[in-house]
Amino acid sequence: MSQQAEKREARSSRNALRSYLGAYGFMAPAGVLVVVFFLIPVAIILYLSVTNLASSNFTSNLAAMEYIGLRNYETLLNDQFARKIFFNTIFYVLFTLSIFNVSLALIVSLLTTHIDRGAGFVFRALWILPRITSPVVYILIWKRMMAEAPFGILNQFNNWLGMPTYNYIATNPWVFVVVVNGFIGLSFGMIIFTSAIESIPKDLLNASLVDGSSKLQRIRYVILPLIRWPLLFVFTYQTLSLLTSFVEIQLLTDGGPGLYRTEVWSLTAYHRALSNYFGNAQWGYGSAFAVLLVLIGVVLAVIYMRVFRFDELVAEPRVETL
Amino acid sequence: MKVTIDNLTKKFGDVVGVEDLTLHIDDGEFVAFLGPSGCGKTTTLLTLAGIYRPTDGEIRFGERIVNQVQPKDRNIGMVFQSYALYPHMTVFQNIAYPLKLKRVAKNIQHERVQQVANVMGIGNLLDRRPGQLSGGQQQRVALGRALVKEPDILLFDEPLSNLDARLRLTMRGEIKHLQKDLGITSIYVTHDQVEAMTMADRIAVMNGGHLQAFDSPDELYSRPKTLFVAGFVGNPPMNFVSVDVSGSNGSYIAEADSLRLEVGQERGGPPAGYDGAVVMGIRPEDIQISENGNVSGEIFIVEPLGREDLIDVRVGPHSFLLLENTESQRQSGERVNLKFDMQKAQFFDPQTEKSLLWQ
Repeated sequence: MSQQAEKREARSSRNALRSYLGAYGFMAPAGVLVVVFFLIPVAIILYLSVTNLASSNFTSNLAAMEYIGLRNYETLLNDQFARKIFFNTIFYVLFTLSIFNVSLALIVSLLTTHIDRGAGFVFRALWILPRITSPVVYILIWKRMMAEAPFGILNQFNNWLGMPTYNYIATNPWVFVVVVNGFIGLSFGMIIFTSAIESIPKDLLNASLVDGSSKLQRIRYVILPLIRWPLLFVFTYQTLSLLTSFVEIQLLTDGGPGLYRTEVWSLTAYHRALSNYFGNAQWGYGSAFAVLLVLIGVVLAVIYMRVFRFDELVAEPRVETL
Repeated sequence: MKVTIDNLTKKFGDVVGVEDLTLHIDDGEFVAFLGPSGCGKTTTLLTLAGIYRPTDGEIRFGERIVNQVQPKDRNIGMVFQSYALYPHMTVFQNIAYPLKLKRVAKNIQHERVQQVANVMGIGNLLDRRPGQLSGGQQQRVALGRALVKEPDILLFDEPLSNLDARLRLTMRGEIKHLQKDLGITSIYVTHDQVEAMTMADRIAVMNGGHLQAFDSPDELYSRPKTLFVAGFVGNPPMNFVSVDVSGSNGSYIAEADSLRLEVGQERGGPPAGYDGAVVMGIRPEDIQISENGNVSGEIFIVEPLGREDLIDVRVGPHSFLLLENTESQRQSGERVNLKFDMQKAQFFDPQTEKSLLWQ
């Protein structure tokens, strides 16, 4: 190789490095967030989950923390309620996701984009209210509405109409857990779907009508295929976010009524580690629950990326001149 | 299919898209809607397509009133400027889409799509997606999709604007040929007057939501009824100058500052009867540089167009564009004499902007 070529090569590899540096620079802020708020906490709970750290044996000497191997996981697997909580979680995620976060979100965005623009905007604004209301206030509203006679608003109406009164949330806890979470979750999909629908070129929508479609056929053959990626995105993102959400459930039923009727996995991690009924916060044991949740989340994310082939989004076009 | 538009008005809130438009289009005719952006031509087209409902007036396809008819029940084909191909469908699926919606049998779909694709010269691209096609190919697919259902009426919304100049020329000829071949009543929206002049049987010139003229290209060119039409049709555009016309008995003089032009009875009579200054229009090809011309001026700038030069000549404060053979090698600053062919001059009322010659 001639000297010049060598020099050229050295220069080009240096240039490549420099361009990579630029790319890493742009990724750095997100990278720092992921490291500080995800990787480091995961490392910490991974460590905690193999110790017996709890408020009952806590000393200020962290070195005295006892390594107990996988005993926490053993306890977890033998926990008679773990199975129930696991299926509770699947039930909760599946129903909230399919009924509200995806289906109703899609229906609301389709409806509000097919009516007068202003009216559509008002309806969407109303649907966002649950999300922008503080969870405590939002849950309090639900509780006050549904509370037992003589406190609940709904039961007050029942009284006036001479109908029997119910303790709604206690008798149908799952319905309320799903609905209350669904009303919040819906707005996310609604915003994404609406913007996706509105960004479809007007010509394309008009073309479909001229080609002979009804508005429903247009939704089926043109709009839905064109918002396929937003649909998949909302589906995957919301699965993962529902898996880890527990604030509303904690405030509404706190996993009850009774033993673990509406307890979900992430709430259990919280209960075990930070809010034990008997006053003993089992940090180590709670961390074991959290670690399993992280594992499930990562596995699901990988599966979603594979199944929905996110890499196809960036396929190269094959353009020729005529 | 005959298309009748009677007193059509379309408003969006307070904004007028098109107002009191009346047009009668014959069966098999190729009509162009010509006008600048925002003149209401696309609004009219989309109202014909059924995307917009008329605020007032009546649209008839043949004898059928279609004001309230859904787009899908109008049997129209439409080609858009952006092509509006469905990006998630292959070329085949794009063209077959209207047939699929009509529930045409699968094997007939295949046959018809193949046939149309062959006519359009895209038979070998059927399994591509629109993103993998060039602009010209996409345009052919869009045309194929509009034609495949054998529409009664074809609507074109500036279909060639996104193509490069050479391709535009080819497609212009192809579309015109195809339209004559199939005999489908066609309405073609464009802001390009060359397109309108070369393709259309008749041109509806629109401006500000109003119809300015509806005539054959020749008529529009040689007998413009309004100042707007005179200025919009023709390239390079008509020269305008404000003149006083005086005289009597078949001999008239059009005067503006140092400019004095003799006009005959036919063209000079009507403007002479007008009280005050009128707008005179004369096309570039009706002015010649000539030894025995009686108007003296100075060449301001010469723009070579290849086949000829576009020359801007200043006569006092007035400026005239004219075309001359490149061989004469004119230079700016040169003094020349101009000869005006006043048999071709146009005169307009400056207030109403209507022609004083043609009504």
